[in-house]
Amino acid sequence: MDKNWQKLIILFLLVVGFLSYSFFLYTSLPVKNIAIKKEMDEGKMVWQQYNCNACHQVYGLGGYLGPDLTNVYSKRGPAFIQAFLKTGTGAMPQFHLSEEETNSLLSYLKDIDASGKSDPKTFTLNYNGTIHQK
Amino acid sequence: MAVGMLFGLTGAIQYLVPDFIKQYLSFEKVRPLHVSSVVFWIIFAAIGSVLTYLQQYSGKKIFSPLLLKIQFAIFFITVVAIIVSYFFGIFGGREYWEFHPLLAMPLAVGWILFIINFLTSLGSFKNLPVYVWMWLTGLFFFLFTFIESYLWLIPYFRSNVVNDMTVQWKSYGSMVGSWNMLIYGSSIFLMEKISGSKKYSHAPIAFVLYFTGLFNLMFNWGHHIYTVPTYPFVKHISYAVSMTELFILGRIIWQWKSSVSTARKHYHQTAYRFLIAADIWIFLTLILAIAMSIPAINVYTHGTHITVAHTMGATIGINSFILLAIAFDILKDSCMPFEKSIKWVNRGFYTANLSLLFFWISLIIAGVLKAKWQMHDEAIPFSTMMLQLRPYFIIFFLSGILLITGFYLILFPLLRNQLICQYKKFFIKYEEKRSVFAME
Repeated sequence: MDKNWQKLIILFLLVVGFLSYSFFLYTSLPVKNIAIKKEMDEGKMVWQQYNCNACHQVYGLGGYLGPDLTNVYSKRGPAFIQAFLKTGTGAMPQFHLSEEETNSLLSYLKDIDASGKSDPKTFTLNYNGTIHQK
Repeated sequence: MAVGMLFGLTGAIQYLVPDFIKQYLSFEKVRPLHVSSVVFWIIFAAIGSVLTYLQQYSGKKIFSPLLLKIQFAIFFITVVAIIVSYFFGIFGGREYWEFHPLLAMPLAVGWILFIINFLTSLGSFKNLPVYVWMWLTGLFFFLFTFIESYLWLIPYFRSNVVNDMTVQWKSYGSMVGSWNMLIYGSSIFLMEKISGSKKYSHAPIAFVLYFTGLFNLMFNWGHHIYTVPTYPFVKHISYAVSMTELFILGRIIWQWKSSVSTARKHYHQTAYRFLIAADIWIFLTLILAIAMSIPAINVYTHGTHITVAHTMGATIGINSFILLAIAFDILKDSCMPFEKSIKWVNRGFYTANLSLLFFWISLIIAGVLKAKWQMHDEAIPFSTMMLQLRPYFIIFFLSGILLITGFYLILFPLLRNQLICQYKKFFIKYEEKRSVFAME
């Protein structure tokens, strides 16, 4: 077989595999039957509008100047988060969020918290290099 | 790049002095200013390299200079708007694309113009060398993944954080692979140009490596989200696919001896020297990347500065050095020769590489200490842990200053040449028009 054809067949198979994988993930997202909560959705927008991710992480992804906030809601509680939002810290500015924005953000953090645990200590290491959560 | 590094330096100061210019430019503004500036340097320099080398490959001029000018104008105006919006704290996007989603539209349009101009300028599709395959891959996959990264605008995709992050990191992982295809493709073209042999770009091994890269671009993105409670198969596929990079690593080691003798032959050439530096950084970054792709190691490194070290190695050590190699190659025949400034470029080259090594190591050590804290020291508060990392942030900052100094020494003759040559070109055109007008 002509070498160009061989390359095109490999490319075709890879592209079909990639598109099928993408299509599968789009149509069967890992968490199913989610009713969109308005307040949570607004909280996500507040999170993005103030670029919280620049300093904070969710599931270890984001900036490293501040702590990971995946489970801050259950660990510290809403009052603790509210206090930080109100006063800021050495590095974190006072964002002067409205009450509505604060509540939406809390709702978003509550939702993130309920989605799982990000603490690396909760993972068990397997001999084949994989991990699973306790 | 020159501006982006200054924002990076500001961010590094804020790691040491948290309230440094906080009222005007707090970290949530500085980080996107730094990241977007350097990402745009990488992407736009990659576009420039591809379009210039495409003309050298095909032996023809670009199909539509007008389309190119429109593309340039769209990108330029959008990037300025993005940078200005960051200064005013206007966000709305997500990590790495923090700008308002509306500004993503002109970027996508500009990219489509780039694709049109590339395809119409390419000519024949028969017996294409590997670098053209890589350019075509980069062109289409970047557009696909860029659009994919905005699927969160549809409520269905953002309704749950796990779903949202799965799609987000699927797109981001592949997007980086896409611009790497553009850059690595251009580096292969440059290597062949320097060596004077066109054998490699048609050799079976070149295509084996290309398909390994493409396979990883498509399926290894899951290593970003090993700790996210998404589908386990996403993680297993990513783990297995990432391990195919061992083949690339093995080949680098296997070829080491011949690479060294080739390097000796061409080392006097500035462009080649930058390619050699990139090769060494590929080796170091690949070892780190493969290690981080093993979930049992990733659980330690994830969320630590080791990830930053990997990103810095890839974007500075690999991407930027390759793009600088290309810049020196393209501009060496411009109106001003580099001979006079070569001494300073060399000083910059060694300063940048050595300081990058310290920069990289300080981040790895800071990451190891943070990993230890994450795994074992729950009683120590986050702020105390950050204070313990301070000595390494100081080394990071100091080496960052040296790194910038090194890069400025390299960039200065490039920018000076560009400005003077463009000015001369403009002046000659103006004089020609004036003389025609006077004759009339």
